Amino acid sequence: MTKTFEIDGKKIPYEEGQTIMQAASAAGVYIAHLCHNPQFTPHGSCKLCTVKVNGRNCSACTFPASEGQNVTNVSKELNEDREKITQMLFVEGNHFCPSCEKTGNCQLQAVAYHLNMTDNHYPHFFENREVDASHPDVMIDHNRCIFCTLCVRASEEVDGKNVFAISGRGIDKRLIVNSKSGLLKDSELDGNDCAAHICPTGAILIKRTGYSVPIGQRIYDHAHIDAVALASEGEVHDL
Amino acid sequence: MHNYILQIAQENDFQSTRLLKILHAIQKRYFYIPDNAIEVLAEQLQLPRTHIQNVVAFYSFFHTQSSGKYTILISDSITDLMLGKSDLMSYFEQKLKVDIGSVRADGLVSLNNTSCTGMCDQGPAGLVNGYALTHLTKPRIDQIVNYVNRETPLAQWDSDLFRVDDNIVKPDLLLNEKPLHGHAITSTLTRGLSETLAEIELSGLRGRGGAGYTTAWKWKFCREENATQRYIICNADEGEPGTFKDRVLLNSYADSVFEGMTVAAAIVGATQGFLYLRGEYVHLLDKLEAVLEARRVSNLLGSNILQNGFDFDIEICLGAGAYICGEESALIESLEGKAGIPRNRPPYPVTQGYLGKPTVVNNVETYVAAANIAVHGGAWFADKGTSKSKGTKILSISGDCKARGIYEYAFGTTVKTILADCGAIDVLGVQVGGPSGVFISNDEFERKIAFEDLATGGSFIIFNHTRSILDVVHNFSHFFAHESCGFCTPCRVGTSLLKKQVDKIVEGHGSAGDIVALEELCQVIKNYSHCGLGQTAANPVLSSLERYPEIYQAMLKKISYEPGFDLDKSLETARRMANRDDAAAHLAQVEN
Repeated sequence: MTKTFEIDGKKIPYEEGQTIMQAASAAGVYIAHLCHNPQFTPHGSCKLCTVKVNGRNCSACTFPASEGQNVTNVSKELNEDREKITQMLFVEGNHFCPSCEKTGNCQLQAVAYHLNMTDNHYPHFFENREVDASHPDVMIDHNRCIFCTLCVRASEEVDGKNVFAISGRGIDKRLIVNSKSGLLKDSELDGNDCAAHICPTGAILIKRTGYSVPIGQRIYDHAHIDAVALASEGEVHDL
Repeated sequence: MHNYILQIAQENDFQSTRLLKILHAIQKRYFYIPDNAIEVLAEQLQLPRTHIQNVVAFYSFFHTQSSGKYTILISDSITDLMLGKSDLMSYFEQKLKVDIGSVRADGLVSLNNTSCTGMCDQGPAGLVNGYALTHLTKPRIDQIVNYVNRETPLAQWDSDLFRVDDNIVKPDLLLNEKPLHGHAITSTLTRGLSETLAEIELSGLRGRGGAGYTTAWKWKFCREENATQRYIICNADEGEPGTFKDRVLLNSYADSVFEGMTVAAAIVGATQGFLYLRGEYVHLLDKLEAVLEARRVSNLLGSNILQNGFDFDIEICLGAGAYICGEESALIESLEGKAGIPRNRPPYPVTQGYLGKPTVVNNVETYVAAANIAVHGGAWFADKGTSKSKGTKILSISGDCKARGIYEYAFGTTVKTILADCGAIDVLGVQVGGPSGVFISNDEFERKIAFEDLATGGSFIIFNHTRSILDVVHNFSHFFAHESCGFCTPCRVGTSLLKKQVDKIVEGHGSAGDIVALEELCQVIKNYSHCGLGQTAANPVLSSLERYPEIYQAMLKKISYEPGFDLDKSLETARRMANRDDAAAHLAQVEN
């Protein structure tokens, strides 16, 4: 007998040790997320994947699945709050979608659309953040960093390099680069590294590839993030 | 510099877990952590430099630029503000000739604010190079300024400036007991380990940090884990503003604290313990080390303790200014030499704690209680208190009352009784459990200190009718925004938004919609944050909004909407660039 739990009334099979997110993806159920990517160790920081497990809020990407759990993923309350969390990410950084190269390929933007976000709701921080364009092939626009740590994990777990880290406390957190000068050009990052290609927003971009795919023909111009995520992430769930 | 860093690294066996200790040593010598030191350390400890940079940036007490030979920090706790901190701060600024938050031009001294230093019974308080300054007054500030300007070494300053009193006003069960020198260990070994655990369970002892988890269960789960190594940790990161009872227990009952840890170690089978001491209590460090040394000499620590074949020792680790490290998994991260970011749970520390091994983390007071229960038995303790909250609770009482200090009460005692005992009159309300707790109004003084009613880690701040609720809320919102570790979105961004929103209302820019927005924001922070800090950060607003909606309403403007930023102030850059300051270059916030 396979073990199962329920998400919004649907029976989800799971294997011992799987998280709710892993089991849900494998079963074709999308749970909104930004800091999660099935290739890497779950982080649990963006909190978009918060679901109610037997009435209690838990992060689906880190919380273990167990027999008979009753999980609520889609509800008015949860989606409205996910929208607010997304709005928080928008006001914390400086995200100007129309002028961002990542538009249409950006997961932050796609999640916002998915949640029917129509404004930023909260007052903007308008923090002065810098751009590091020192590297020949890769640039960092700190205005768009959402501290998901995907680049940190990709560099450590896939590239074996530790190029990135998140430093500092609270609202002063910043993405930092492992080089004596602090600049990307002096780090070990190579343009082909996984870490250079993993950013869900436009914070880390590959140079000289801008607009090679025109706006209108990009990933989320034609498909919703739930369908894209399930198609691309569903199969690698047990890595 | 290279050789000095090398020496420090060597003294710490090149262990990355000792990173905080190493950084403290470097800062003591150079008054900041130089970039070169980070480079050398990264190489010696085999850590990415970014790891060390992150740790330095995360903890308030580490600096990347010199903060002067004398770093003066003044506690920004609400209790210090009530004792006239703001005036004294201005006086300090003026006398030292340095702006708050900066280093004086000659590089000798810096002045800044810091979160509560745990001296609420003897404030206004502060720290100089980490050492506690108490009872600050203008004459004492004059004295300090003179020492600084003459570059007098700290050791030659008038010791009265550093005088820290225990102020035990009302002892009961635990505080009436003498510090233990082996009696709890012999009782435990004579009675038997399982039998002693049964006594702890019988006592009904629950964690004294505030969360109230049953101590015996924690020990039992840790004991039952299949592991070769286990750890005992004492959480002495007493950071909740308004709490200072652990400071007193460590000052005068340290032997009982260590004895409780040793009893726990015997029961769960641990050989190594840690006392995580908040950086603000560095003045206790030498004394505590001496107590540990004396216990080693008496064979109460070390190998083959009291010839019973069990080994256990305790190491003291010093924090560096981060409230979040009071959260047990953040504390463990800090002990491992990392930034104090709470872990995802499960797994819990009893199964995977320090270095992934089963770990018991308990509060200072919990160990004192456990040690005394090991001597006197569970019934001795369970005899006091209520059915769900056994024994006594040590409270740190501060704010508007005659006798600030330490009070021990049987659980179930009413707020009214406590207020009468400490001589509080004309009381507006009491903040029970610190900023993360609850504000109760004078209609609620029949409520009881107990897990089932007013659960508290021990902070008890009294406000009389001259105080403004909004000042309190303002102070607490700033506190949480400053202390959020920044790991999760709702707390990182939410606490800063909350700070801004409270500022907007307190400064008189709020309009009708702002109260609704405030409450809605509070709910997101409370329901979606990763750990207890975020989950309780909105409590000051929520509990005051529930009790005093009219105070908030009175602050609002009679307009339907006002933007969250100051329009005129935002035009400052444009005015400067256009070299204009005429009336037409200014815009009113809202057209009337």
